[in-house]
Amino acid sequence: MLKPTSEADLAEIVRTANGPLSIRGGGTRHVPSEGTPVSTSGLTGITLYEPGALTLVARAGTPMAEIEAALASENQRLPFEPLDHRGLLGTTGEPTIGGAVAMNVSGPRRVQAGACRDSLIGVRFVDGAGEIIKNGGRVMKNVTGYDLVKLLAGSRGTLGVLTEVSFKVLPAAVTQTTLVVNGLTVETAVRAMAAALGSPFEVTAAAHDPAAGQTSLRLEGLDGSVDYRATALAEVIASFGTVTRLDPGESEAHWRAIRDAQAVQGAGDIWRVSVRASHGPEVVARAQAEASLLDWGGGLVWLRVTAGTDLRARLGDLPGHATRVTGPASGALPVEAPALAALTDSIRAKFDPRGLLSGAA
Amino acid sequence: MEMPKPDPLVLDRKAELVSRLLTVLPEDAVISDVEETRAYECDALTAYRCPPLAAVLPRSTQEVSDVLRICHEMDVPVVPRGSGTSLAGGALPTADSVILGVARLTEVLETDYDDRIIRVQTGRTNLAVTGAVEADDFFYAPDPSSQLACAIAGNIAMNSGGAHCLKYGVTTNNLLGVTLVQMDGTVVEIGGAHMDAGGLDLLGVICGSEGQLGVVTEATLRILPKPEGARPVLIGFDSLEVAGACVADIIKAGVLPVAIEFMDRIIIRIVEDYAKAGYPDCEALLIVEVEGSDDEIDEQLSLIEEIARRHDPVELRQSQSSDEAAKIWLGRKSAFGATGRISDYMCLDGTIPVSELPRVLAGITELSQKYGLAVGNVFHAGDGNMHPLIMYDANKPGDLELCEALGAEILKLCVDVGGCLTGEHGVGIEKRDLMTHQFAAVDMEAQMRVKDVFDPKWLLNPAKVFPLDTTAERRTAGH
Repeated sequence: MLKPTSEADLAEIVRTANGPLSIRGGGTRHVPSEGTPVSTSGLTGITLYEPGALTLVARAGTPMAEIEAALASENQRLPFEPLDHRGLLGTTGEPTIGGAVAMNVSGPRRVQAGACRDSLIGVRFVDGAGEIIKNGGRVMKNVTGYDLVKLLAGSRGTLGVLTEVSFKVLPAAVTQTTLVVNGLTVETAVRAMAAALGSPFEVTAAAHDPAAGQTSLRLEGLDGSVDYRATALAEVIASFGTVTRLDPGESEAHWRAIRDAQAVQGAGDIWRVSVRASHGPEVVARAQAEASLLDWGGGLVWLRVTAGTDLRARLGDLPGHATRVTGPASGALPVEAPALAALTDSIRAKFDPRGLLSGAA
Repeated sequence: MEMPKPDPLVLDRKAELVSRLLTVLPEDAVISDVEETRAYECDALTAYRCPPLAAVLPRSTQEVSDVLRICHEMDVPVVPRGSGTSLAGGALPTADSVILGVARLTEVLETDYDDRIIRVQTGRTNLAVTGAVEADDFFYAPDPSSQLACAIAGNIAMNSGGAHCLKYGVTTNNLLGVTLVQMDGTVVEIGGAHMDAGGLDLLGVICGSEGQLGVVTEATLRILPKPEGARPVLIGFDSLEVAGACVADIIKAGVLPVAIEFMDRIIIRIVEDYAKAGYPDCEALLIVEVEGSDDEIDEQLSLIEEIARRHDPVELRQSQSSDEAAKIWLGRKSAFGATGRISDYMCLDGTIPVSELPRVLAGITELSQKYGLAVGNVFHAGDGNMHPLIMYDANKPGDLELCEALGAEILKLCVDVGGCLTGEHGVGIEKRDLMTHQFAAVDMEAQMRVKDVFDPKWLLNPAKVFPLDTTAERRTAGH
């Protein structure tokens, strides 16, 4: 295992490589099985944290736990609530910030605060030719040149190896609560979530667990404000069923479980499907899954099916995409329309002309 | 600002080009008369003008595709244009280019409150997007100050921001899908009503690419439920540093205002003269706005007041009514107009880390004295997006050049303290030659590779964003 301790070392490794590389952060998510292993675990540390500017910059191999602890000490947090894949994938190791960016890992707060790519304001990376490239920076409004920051987020390491990432962070909420309605069908639950997300009460997460029969809506903020909105939101969804309320501690644990898709963990293949929220029930109906969980108001559907099932065929023509998150790498990714695939392939070839990093896709 | 020399081969073929365009567009959609093309000779960066070879106003994605295919075949550069409100020269033509205006693409195609999205043709103005949903208590969040006129196409091209970005983000955070027409006429659908990309996030790089990757004809935008209410508080300080420190403390305290606006003494006096908003005469004014129900607003504002009082403000004024709130905003909203009334001005938009505010403001004062031109500062303090207004006299020979030189020095200062050249206006031609101050050659090369993929012949808005000498080979190689 190669373990560069500086960006320059990493660039040298990539420049002189004569075969595929298998880049890994904490190893909690999929890593390419082919190629010389290269770890980012020697590229660690928070390089800049300015709470008053809501800005944090860290090297890509920095453990997520270190970043979350630093932010917590200033009552701040990453807005996008990154999920921890260890439960889903049965992996060990420490999730890294670079891994979260490479996969654009975004949790329940996506509906209100955006995805990982929306908080990401700067990157440094080594491309497939071994060049060190920077884009964006450490300020939250920046339209100087093309936004390669977004392009790198979620690129699964195929355009380059991330070495440093910058974020806009947010104040942590003083308190939170969750309203729960029991016993709704998937269709009714998605309608209830739409009503809540369409209210002015700033719902920061909306999920439905069909097996538990629970539809959950989270509110966060100052004490008085959360109390007020909990009452107001309960009225908005009163027609759907009896509303109960979780206290802050229960609420936090509840959303951690949803974030990590605990409801679908188990033997079989786990798929992640992204569609427009109102198509969530149709996804569940077509998938005939063993277990399912709807987050993002219905727009993110986690499904567990028998190993070897190609869910993409079952879902048919629903706009959106399906990714298998467990099992072998082949056949796991969404199939893109030809015009789009042509662009994507050409961009990958430009950034990684020798195909050293393509195993990551 | 230098522009490339027009290609004589293209100029010679104008008649052929126009007749080919007329085979795919109705007569009223092709403007080729020399006098009429003058309507498209500039955008809001009016110091630079050049009538295009022709202008076209297609009414559908198919017509856009046909126009681009013809121009691609004939090696004619195309400059996309929204409403022409760019402050950076993003829509400035060259004499051998065709202006492709989306002004006739204004329809709302779909509105879905359950999924909280709207799909529009991109010639629709920013304000008209909110206009289509506000009766149902929704709005489109990015609100550039030109929102009455500016088109969504331009917002996407420049990744436009506005006063409320601190809470709601900029265009890229509110854009879910586009129909993009590539230079060769290929139509591609990217994204949709779902919330992330299945493969590479092409949407992310298209947004903010200044019309260099393709022409966006339709867009799916996120719409949000309107907050119950909003109220500003006005806080005056007798020191810029203290005002800056107060901004940082508010941000750290855990309330996230929707806007924190900052004005310095020069701007305070100019707007007070004009708008009579009742602002105190002090070194720095903050307008901090929060949202929610009345009680929620009170809860947040009391926290903000408590923080502000620790910094010994010379004035702290809450608004008790919507009239008072409007009065607090009146001065800020009239700042550009009021400045324009007394002087020609150039508006910069460099962004800096908020912590560098005092240093940068002191640096601007020093530079202003060195060049002998007044500079007022009015800007979005929460996100560090500065708007220095350099005042000059357009009729005085050499003053524009002096103003541009001062502007360049201020923007370099923004980069040197860890910021960037432009936070929301875009590079265009205005900041093109400063790109090398922020980016190494290899950084720009990585960006240009993306254009190589979308537009291999470099025909779309080719003279923008990157310094001309860095793109010369690409601009001339393909044709």
